[in-house]
Amino acid sequence: MATVSDQISAKREKPEHVRLTELGKPVTFLEAIREALWEEMERDPNVFLMGEDIGVYGGAFKVTEGFLDYFGEERVIDTPISEAGFTGAAAGAAHMGMRPVVEMQFMDFVSCAYEPLTNYIATSRYRRSGPVPMVVRGPVGGGVRGGPFHSQNPEMAFFHTPGLKIVYPATASDAKGLLKAAIRDDDPVLFFEHKKLYRAPGLREVLPNEDYVVPLGKARIHRQGKDLTIVTYGYMVHESAKAAEQLAEEDGLDVEILDLRTLLPLDDDAIVASVKKTGRVLVVHEDTRTGGIAGEIAMRINEKAFEWLDAPILRVTAIDTPIPYSPPLEDYFLPQVADIVTACRYLARY
Amino acid sequence: MADVTGDAFNGDGETGLSREQLHEIYYYLQLTRQAEEALVNLYRQSKVIGGLYRSLGQEATAVGSAYALHRRTDGTGDFMAPAIRNLGSMFVMGAPVVDVFRQYMAKGNSPTGGRELNVHFTDFGKGYLGPISHLGVMIEVLAGVALSFKLRGEPRVALGYSGDGAASTGAFHEAFNFAAVQRAPLVVIIENNQYAYSTPVSKQTAAESFVARAPAYGVPGESCDGNDVLAVYAMTKRAVERARAGGGASLLEVRTYRRKGHAEHDNQAYVPPEELAYWEAQDPIDRFERQLLARGWATADELAAIRARAAEEVEWARTEAEASPLPEPESALDDVYGWPPIRPLWTRLPNPDPHLW
Repeated sequence: MATVSDQISAKREKPEHVRLTELGKPVTFLEAIREALWEEMERDPNVFLMGEDIGVYGGAFKVTEGFLDYFGEERVIDTPISEAGFTGAAAGAAHMGMRPVVEMQFMDFVSCAYEPLTNYIATSRYRRSGPVPMVVRGPVGGGVRGGPFHSQNPEMAFFHTPGLKIVYPATASDAKGLLKAAIRDDDPVLFFEHKKLYRAPGLREVLPNEDYVVPLGKARIHRQGKDLTIVTYGYMVHESAKAAEQLAEEDGLDVEILDLRTLLPLDDDAIVASVKKTGRVLVVHEDTRTGGIAGEIAMRINEKAFEWLDAPILRVTAIDTPIPYSPPLEDYFLPQVADIVTACRYLARY
Repeated sequence: MADVTGDAFNGDGETGLSREQLHEIYYYLQLTRQAEEALVNLYRQSKVIGGLYRSLGQEATAVGSAYALHRRTDGTGDFMAPAIRNLGSMFVMGAPVVDVFRQYMAKGNSPTGGRELNVHFTDFGKGYLGPISHLGVMIEVLAGVALSFKLRGEPRVALGYSGDGAASTGAFHEAFNFAAVQRAPLVVIIENNQYAYSTPVSKQTAAESFVARAPAYGVPGESCDGNDVLAVYAMTKRAVERARAGGGASLLEVRTYRRKGHAEHDNQAYVPPEELAYWEAQDPIDRFERQLLARGWATADELAAIRARAAEEVEWARTEAEASPLPEPESALDDVYGWPPIRPLWTRLPNPDPHLW
């Protein structure tokens, strides 16, 4: 296979849209993901892609644009509409030493692959049936008027499954480094890409022109602060940052933001360290409230750092409904900056 | 469409098997049946911890099909995943009898260290993959195994088994369709044993056969009498070699019968007694024995010696398995991830303090 790939590479020029970092240009969140996939496919001939419309069309969001021409249809496989089928197939290929990366056109559709993911893939290593190094990636999240089936945040449907890892980056730099780490990881990884971040101009970054990875399982301080900690991830990192700026200006509050980056395994140490620093914690997630990760985080703080708390742990989340389409409804559904500001003020006063 | 193969003995040389190979097939059939009979005894003594699933009457299907594969020990041969009634396939692929006994008896030195039971265990070197109970998923996984053979240009074939029940799952369809589209070297045998737990095949499909689906998937299909071990072998061999030669996926159906309940606890009250009597007369091992003797391919003494060899193997495995220890409780924490390790409950720490967890 390496030879096939080498032949293709020799014949084809690497297109400019995957050379932005090489050229010293800033990349968007989406371009960072594209570069990660490309570089991993160049680095390791066992890495290949499967998904719906990822070949000729380049993917619904154009993440894999140009991949088919360069890598060929054996490594960029347009599948039938069968999320369970190709996710399970990825496991079989992984058993044989391949490193499949599966795209869910929208992560809302990963529910179709719940069976292979939770029953087969997550348990394989434990059943002594071998590790399953594979990545399932795709766009998530609301705020784009996508309606109930193109807006979901299904991370918690898998959070309860030992054996899976869940990554949910918030910056271009992390998206690239975490995706490369996920592809190299020997465990199955679900990789969530918030579609509102894909082309957000404010997230453009010049990335290091080197082969870097961001280790899974390590949270990141997005903003240093001493009065209060917001534990969050994904798009809500940026909404929390807006709230923090407002609170600094209007209330003189110094808010720390902890970006989890990886939800499973959860970086307890980073959470506890921040709690010990500020004594006040708000968990913010775009996912719905009941069964959201805030509950688990609160419990872990309760177990490990209760004595350091000066206030109850609170949360700001989406409301417990399906995701509605119409803008007034969806905006009401989603947690807003104003909600985060209100919650922080309550906590600070407590 | 469906080419229903008759008696493999219509043409003498059809299977191309040597006398030694025919004896080997007889050995695996005997090994399967005797191992299961020993397991029944262990089950009745409560030494088999979980359920016990018999393949009585289906041994020919399992043994004959797996015998058509390239069997290696170094991970370069063909690859298969059994369903619960393919113990015989496992033995043909080289699964040790003692491993099966240890699996059933939940022993710490079983291939899964006591995490899984029965035939749910894997050996990548020998080429078998432990199934999960959601059997449709195994066709998905094998489609991916076959796809990787194709991508790498390896002359290997994946063989999957589905019962008449699992053939109704969406997973089966998604996986088989994908393999067909990719022209992946996947052979799927639908083992129609007439019952999925208590549900008869008439409630599983409105079609007259499962192999009738083959043209709809755009692949070759074939079916045969599942109680004729050489017919099963010959049919599987054709499909496996076609796949190896780049001919893509095939859908096979064997017609057989599950002569025991779904598991040992199931008394099969839903089965008409005359049906059982009919199929008892079709016993695949008795049939093969008669054929071996009638064709002069074995003597009665040779067959008795093979039976004794199987009995010896089973008895040795039983003794070893019974003497094997149960797993250490703390080993339940191991092997969830490559990293990180899973932590015990804080209440079980030497100094029970949740802060330390």
